[in-house]
Amino acid sequence: MQDEPTPTELVQAVADFLRNDIAPMISGHQAFKLRVGINALDLVVRQLTQAAPADAAEHARLKDLLGQNGELLDLNRMLAEQIASGAVDLATPGLKEHLWRTTLDKLAVDQPNYASYKREAGRGTNGP
Amino acid sequence: MIESELSRCLAAFMPGATGVRGAAKLSGGASQETWRFDIVHPDGDVGAILRRSPKGYGAAPGRAAGLDNEAALMRLAHAAGVPSPEVLHLLAPADDLGTGFIMRRVEGETIARKILRDAEFAEARPRLARQLGGIAAGIHGIARAELPELREMNATREIAELAREYHSFDWPRPVFDLALRWLSQNDPGPSAEVTLVHGDFRNGNLIIGPDGVRAVLDWELAHLGDPMEDLGWICVNSWRFGEIDKPVGGFGSREELFAGYEAAGRKVDPGRVKFWEVMGTLRWGVMCCGMMQRFREGPDHSMERAMIGRRASETEIDLLRLLAPRGEG
Repeated sequence: MQDEPTPTELVQAVADFLRNDIAPMISGHQAFKLRVGINALDLVVRQLTQAAPADAAEHARLKDLLGQNGELLDLNRMLAEQIASGAVDLATPGLKEHLWRTTLDKLAVDQPNYASYKREAGRGTNGP
Repeated sequence: MIESELSRCLAAFMPGATGVRGAAKLSGGASQETWRFDIVHPDGDVGAILRRSPKGYGAAPGRAAGLDNEAALMRLAHAAGVPSPEVLHLLAPADDLGTGFIMRRVEGETIARKILRDAEFAEARPRLARQLGGIAAGIHGIARAELPELREMNATREIAELAREYHSFDWPRPVFDLALRWLSQNDPGPSAEVTLVHGDFRNGNLIIGPDGVRAVLDWELAHLGDPMEDLGWICVNSWRFGEIDKPVGGFGSREELFAGYEAAGRKVDPGRVKFWEVMGTLRWGVMCCGMMQRFREGPDHSMERAMIGRRASETEIDLLRLLAPRGEG
């Protein structure tokens, strides 16, 4: 068992240091790159804290939709193939809701400030 | 030093010029560079831009039209009244600068977020969607016979290319499959009219001043195809930079864009525009995935490229908003 602090706490502390203490000292292209780096660390923190429950829910939905069990990646491959072949489409019960929920969960980690995400997340989780 | 090489070629296009100063590289990968510099002239200095492939990088990769074609297209656009920098000189082998061209520098802003937010563009902003319609019409109206040789694209071929690229990543994205399926089922077929298509006509590739559009840049992806492609691409949500209720680059409405286009004597097919907006959204998503691929495999192991890979999901939510909307707006 690895000891504390957790990866989340460590990465968060580094991100805060770069943001609060280093960023004000830097300008120009290097400042831009530093901002990208801080954004990456923030993304990692969001993934570490949010991805596990979202992945578990996605996995459960995929098992329901496909009537099969397997790894998350394999079930996603299967769904992609079924959409490509037309075996399932937006009229298939649960597909639209699944794609929306999965996409919203990805954006919550990747780009929570993206305007389309903010608009759609604001609609709540009561489904379409 | 690039300034002395530039100075040597001045006589070919600007008699009386005495030298070059202030050369600075604006952007550049391995194969293509953009420089700014000032030409010193007794009648007043002239701001200029060099776009070139350095020696040893002749061929244009993949989709690129090539620098000679870019220069030819900018000259045609300029002659057709499309706001476009004046091309001053095509590089010749004797210039020893590689291949490319020198153009007059147009002052103004290209950074999309500044154009959308800064006060100095407040008066221009509400007019831009309509103005861009007129500019697109000018580009599409350039006579085929005058154009240099360009690749020809159509919807069916573009769908196949995006599908091939997406599958090469070997990473399932069910929303991309949904989009590819929709595109195949809604493929409008070959366009009745095939014209010059700019190929990257969007906020970010325009020089804007308080008076409006001053220049259309980046002709690198120019090709022959369905003119509605340019109108769809400029509406892709990724180029609205947060102003998501103003489809045309964050500036204004589709209706304004279309009105400007039709006032210039050309016809809009809104169904095709919507088709190309979906295609464009998917295309940008696939390009984001490609950046991540190059980060992992290629020589450009930069965090910027890596992080662009995490923007592909932005296009997934935009595709869902287009194809499986949950409500208005």
